[in-house]
Amino acid sequence: MRTLIFRTVAPYLSSLMVLFSVFVLLRGHNEPGGGFIGGLIAASAFAIYGIACGVSPVRRAMYFHPMALSAAGLLMGSVAGLLSIFAGVPFMTGLWVTVPFFTEELKLSTVLLFDIGVYFVVVGAISSIALALEEREVE
Amino acid sequence: MASSAKEPVDISVAMVTDPVPLADWLIIAPLILCTIFGAVLLMVRKDTRLQPIIALPGLVALVVIAAALLAHVVSSGPVTMTMGRWLPPFGISFTVDILGALLTLTGAIAALAGGIYGAGDVNNSGRRYGFYPFLFLMMAGVSGAFLTGDIFNLYVWFEVLLIASFGLLILGSERGQIDGATKYAFLNLVATTFFLIATGYLYGIFGTLNMADIALKAQAMEEKAPLVTLLSLYFLAFGMKAAAFPVNFWLPASYHTPRVVVSALFAGLLTKVGVYAFMRVALVLFPAERDMLGWVIAVIAALTMILGAMGALAQTDFRRLLGYLVISGIGIMFAGIALASPGGISAAIFYALHSMIVMTALYLASGLAARASGGFSIAGSGGIYTTHPFLAAVTLILFFAVSGLPPFSGLWPKVILVKASLDVGAWWLAGAVLLSGFLTTIAVGRVWVLSYWRPAPEAAAAGEEANLNPVIDYAPLVMLTAIVVVLGMFPQQILELSQVGTEQLLNPIEYIRSVFPAGGAQ
Repeated sequence: MRTLIFRTVAPYLSSLMVLFSVFVLLRGHNEPGGGFIGGLIAASAFAIYGIACGVSPVRRAMYFHPMALSAAGLLMGSVAGLLSIFAGVPFMTGLWVTVPFFTEELKLSTVLLFDIGVYFVVVGAISSIALALEEREVE
Repeated sequence: MASSAKEPVDISVAMVTDPVPLADWLIIAPLILCTIFGAVLLMVRKDTRLQPIIALPGLVALVVIAAALLAHVVSSGPVTMTMGRWLPPFGISFTVDILGALLTLTGAIAALAGGIYGAGDVNNSGRRYGFYPFLFLMMAGVSGAFLTGDIFNLYVWFEVLLIASFGLLILGSERGQIDGATKYAFLNLVATTFFLIATGYLYGIFGTLNMADIALKAQAMEEKAPLVTLLSLYFLAFGMKAAAFPVNFWLPASYHTPRVVVSALFAGLLTKVGVYAFMRVALVLFPAERDMLGWVIAVIAALTMILGAMGALAQTDFRRLLGYLVISGIGIMFAGIALASPGGISAAIFYALHSMIVMTALYLASGLAARASGGFSIAGSGGIYTTHPFLAAVTLILFFAVSGLPPFSGLWPKVILVKASLDVGAWWLAGAVLLSGFLTTIAVGRVWVLSYWRPAPEAAAAGEEANLNPVIDYAPLVMLTAIVVVLGMFPQQILELSQVGTEQLLNPIEYIRSVFPAGGAQ
């Protein structure tokens, strides 16, 4: 699959896809989208980059091991649920804070933190499977 | 932004508005702790030296939390926390009664023993492939299954513990392990599918998944026919998980392949989750239908315990023999459920606790014996009594306990069970319990005579002396054996607890009231 065209386009394509995955993740708050589908888009971006340029550039680009990423996501999800202990409400209750952000108001919530956790779990798990399969193909 | 202009919404119709006392967080604490430790250990899994240093305090904390949860449940009755503040039956409830809390505590103790033993037994590659993260994630699944009050959520925890157990099973990536794991995975997936299908039917019938809500609605339901079918499907699914007789063959095919500590954890924890799930479904959700199926469960229980013990007699490998003893014990627990009298169920609960501890300890002892004498083959090893007298003495205690001989913990549940079966005139069930105990005694007696008592064969005696570390190798075994001895000598406390737990199962009014304080959502 290492044609010149693909190799030239792949880095731009994957960076665009990662950007889009973050958009989908944040959009998922009130509209279709969210952490799971965003994570899948990001994982396919890494897979495309891996097919075009080989697995080791992808691993370098990700910096952390994919499994560590998904563990971090799991940790984020648990902590997001645990925060409600301070509000005196049951586990996993959504809590909101409104932060002034220049002229707009930014609504942050534990739900968002949980969704980002889901995003990382999916990115980590799927890309570690995809990279392992691509590595086998090369050998 | 738009909603702030409108008048405030009354959330009390859909949400929990009472503040949650801090003690109620104990319900969910075992799960959160296991998930967080699992995630952290996964992040540092390349640092093999750090793994046990993080994991062991985590396992100790799990035991402490589970003990605190049991104390909380004993003092204030069944407790409930509903996730995300939604009122049950729409929010997912976690409801803990004495049965759930007792099993969580015992499971945590078995996991702690396994974690300590694993620090000496699991090598660096095993740690790098994630022994400790998998252990914590499996414990998250096991405690989630014991604590949840929602039947679909129970299915989810089954999946969590199953996936983690696949990981543990193939930790060494050896040929035999992959072979065992394939059988294990395939049959467990079939069982899980039955569980899911049954839950789908159940949702179709009742339109709810909350166990307390189902228990209420099943009482009110007039036509019984679909419910008996439903309970039979659950019996098949959980019987497969628990390795009851006609669907038990996956267990001896896989439990002798992984590392000893993994077998020990599986034998202690996984089959008991199946028994627990069946207890919950049969006794709390569908008691009337269970009465109709009582004789089926009794026949299967009797066959399971006798064929398990006979299978143990035929083995030449120590670990395969232990696998059959696990199956035989499952039969005894199902016999208690079949009787469904207070005596029968409290015997089943007591025996489940005993079996979790004893089977974990026996697998750990078999690992030490294999290291001391050079293999798991019963006929090929010998002379452990002369080289390692302490190990031999501890193992003899465990052999007595697993056969149900006094003065150890296996005796009391069997005595109660025999009495309970004679009370209802089921002499054949009482006979089966006694016969299986007799066969088990012969089976373990054979191991004792051949591997421990008999002088070492010439070839094995020439081998080098195995060094067993007094702390890491013996501590978990001694800890578990001490529990076996204490339970056997002073059974009063556990007996009372399992009787109270039985009352809560047979008359789940407190369980239901803890989920629906107003007496029901209808």
